[in-house]
Amino acid sequence: MQELHWARGDTQVVVTAALAGMACALPGNWLVLRRQSMMGDALSHTSLLGVVGAFLLAYAARSAGWVGEAAFDGVLVLSMYAGAIAVGVLTAVLTEWIRSLGRVESSAALGVVYTSLFALGLLLVRLMANDTHLDLNCVLFGRLETIPLESIGQTLPRVAWIAGISLVINLVLVVLLFKELRLSAFDPALATTVGISARVMHYGLMTITAGTIIAVFESVGSILVIAMLITPAATASLLTRRLGVMIVLSLLLAVVAAFAGHFAALTLPSLVMRAIGGPEVESAGTAGMIAVAGGGLFLAAVLLAPGEGVLPRLWDRLQLRIRIETEDLLGWLYRREEAGRGIPLSASVSESWPDPAASPFERLLSRAGERRAISAGLVQRTGKELQLTDAGRKTAEELVRSHRLWESYMAAHFPLPEDHLHETAARVEHYLGPDLRDELSQELSLPDEDPHGRPIPGEGRIENRE
Amino acid sequence: MSSPNLQNNEGSAGGPGHSSAAGAAAPTAGPDDSAAAREAAQHPDTSPLSIHDMTVAYQRRPVLWGVDFDAPQSGLVAIIGPNGAGKTTLIRAALDLVPRTAGEVRFFGQPYASQRHRVAYVPQRTSVDWDFPVSALDVVAMGLYRQIGWFRPVRRKHREQAADALSQVGMADFRHRQISQLSGGQQQRVFLARALAQNAELYLMDEPFAGVDAATERAIVEVLRTLRSRGRTVLAVHHDLQTVSEYFDHVVLLNMRLVAAGPTEEAFTAENLRRTYGGRLALLDRVGHAMGLGGE
Repeated sequence: MQELHWARGDTQVVVTAALAGMACALPGNWLVLRRQSMMGDALSHTSLLGVVGAFLLAYAARSAGWVGEAAFDGVLVLSMYAGAIAVGVLTAVLTEWIRSLGRVESSAALGVVYTSLFALGLLLVRLMANDTHLDLNCVLFGRLETIPLESIGQTLPRVAWIAGISLVINLVLVVLLFKELRLSAFDPALATTVGISARVMHYGLMTITAGTIIAVFESVGSILVIAMLITPAATASLLTRRLGVMIVLSLLLAVVAAFAGHFAALTLPSLVMRAIGGPEVESAGTAGMIAVAGGGLFLAAVLLAPGEGVLPRLWDRLQLRIRIETEDLLGWLYRREEAGRGIPLSASVSESWPDPAASPFERLLSRAGERRAISAGLVQRTGKELQLTDAGRKTAEELVRSHRLWESYMAAHFPLPEDHLHETAARVEHYLGPDLRDELSQELSLPDEDPHGRPIPGEGRIENRE
Repeated sequence: MSSPNLQNNEGSAGGPGHSSAAGAAAPTAGPDDSAAAREAAQHPDTSPLSIHDMTVAYQRRPVLWGVDFDAPQSGLVAIIGPNGAGKTTLIRAALDLVPRTAGEVRFFGQPYASQRHRVAYVPQRTSVDWDFPVSALDVVAMGLYRQIGWFRPVRRKHREQAADALSQVGMADFRHRQISQLSGGQQQRVFLARALAQNAELYLMDEPFAGVDAATERAIVEVLRTLRSRGRTVLAVHHDLQTVSEYFDHVVLLNMRLVAAGPTEEAFTAENLRRTYGGRLALLDRVGHAMGLGGE
């Protein structure tokens, strides 16, 4: 592996990307919560029209003599922000208007509006490409890589300052307006009736989003902006059920993605190229890699999120199945004892446990259930025989009681033939606790026998067989 | 609160009697000053909610025609009518949540903007995203946001107030529960607690009984009765005709126009129900449709 050279320039890139990512993540949280994530996509595209339009107007103003040379740069920057924000709000207003015409749902309306405005922006870039130095490549993909070149001799590059200021503004707004943002996102109607106009909050959020996009897209480009707006917040929303935690997490994730993205941009390409025998390369685009890293974190959250992730859920299901196997073994041994009371058993346990007809995976689960029963002291193994311990017999009694109570309940309430009862009961028995068992027993006025005439054991009742 | 009965009588004598004719008569009424005089006479300026000749249209197609209604000074009012009758629209238009095509709405004799603090709104439970990352207590505290004011955080005393409202609906144990982990009935109770926290004088509730379990229904009825005993007015969109007489002392029958309104024993009659639920007025529907299309 090629030596990693981490220069001061790399730190500058990561800091800039991290600040930009955090600045974007703040409005992004609210877009995600309002289910308006597409709005981030839309605004990052339509901001092009705002910027280009502002360029055109500013240059026109200069050639008309309204703006002096000295003030021109300042005017240009201000008009860029104003233009992007104006077009951002226009996007929201037009979308709302098209939707209100009826028969077009809002995401379709948004799709129509933002692609049209974006195309208009591209057209303007084409028309004025020769007059101004607006680099379309830079607009789309940013220029994180050139930061070290542009900021020689500075501790923090200019673009990092801009992203940082944007972050501070957004932080202050989110802290000050936390409850207003929360209410208008959760229940716009109530917000409006208590004097927090949902409409004003909506357009306010669009303003902030558009302003943030403009503040950072010079460095990260209008494509990565989309990832920065939505991905950290979407990832955080998978990891927590608390709003404050979600926002803080999204900020952390933005930083992690910035660092991991740049690191991957430096190291991954040469690794990959070496692996496939391609030509030697220096590094890949940091902006793209940050987006990929953000996506990677999201994927990790989908897989691993506590409680709701794919893997924890699979794990829970596996644990449940093993528990059911354990309980089935107990119930089966209990019924064997019950059937063979006084009669010597003809076949050994191992001939029918685990069920020879079951699939290899199911047999594996059965074995796992058996091991768990043995280690819990519910079952003991002597040679090829499995036997219930006293504790195991007690547990098994409860299970069989659940099973037979449920069969009785179904027989009393469902018009089903007798042979339909067992299968449901075999599922239900694993979920009935003492409370439900008592309730069932009460409702059936303390039955002694199940519908098949077998005794219902346990819980203080003496078996009345014989 | 010594005169609720008197006020109720006024409401029932003036409001509904006038209203059944309003749809046809009001739009063609005389000059403005006489209309204003008539309004002053017939809409007592103390009524929690006075709706005068309100028409609401979606894309020019009227869904509510010329509604005239005065809420009683205190009491429980059911708003009933078939699907598409405009029950939700009535509430939302009164609260300026959807634009009115015509008509005027007054709360306690004043425009809504100046009376927000006296009015609490309980939207349909299904109108919000219950996966939103907030706890039951957070949602109830939302009822206090107006009182807390812009830019100020929710403080401990507000959380205590919210917890108190939650215990009034029997949900004290669930205050830290994330709202997606509540049952439908519990969610409805959280909404009700939020309205209680607002400590309003007039409550507008959109289907508070929709999809709730029996325990929640009892809890809600209990809360409504407490509100009435404190002299508050509750208007609730209601679907279960079986329980109207038991739960509500006033009723509003709506089907694109106001069919009748008044004390339950007077207005909740078989005849009025037939007029409310016996299908839409075909002509009203056709005219509305023509207006939606921009003319026939």
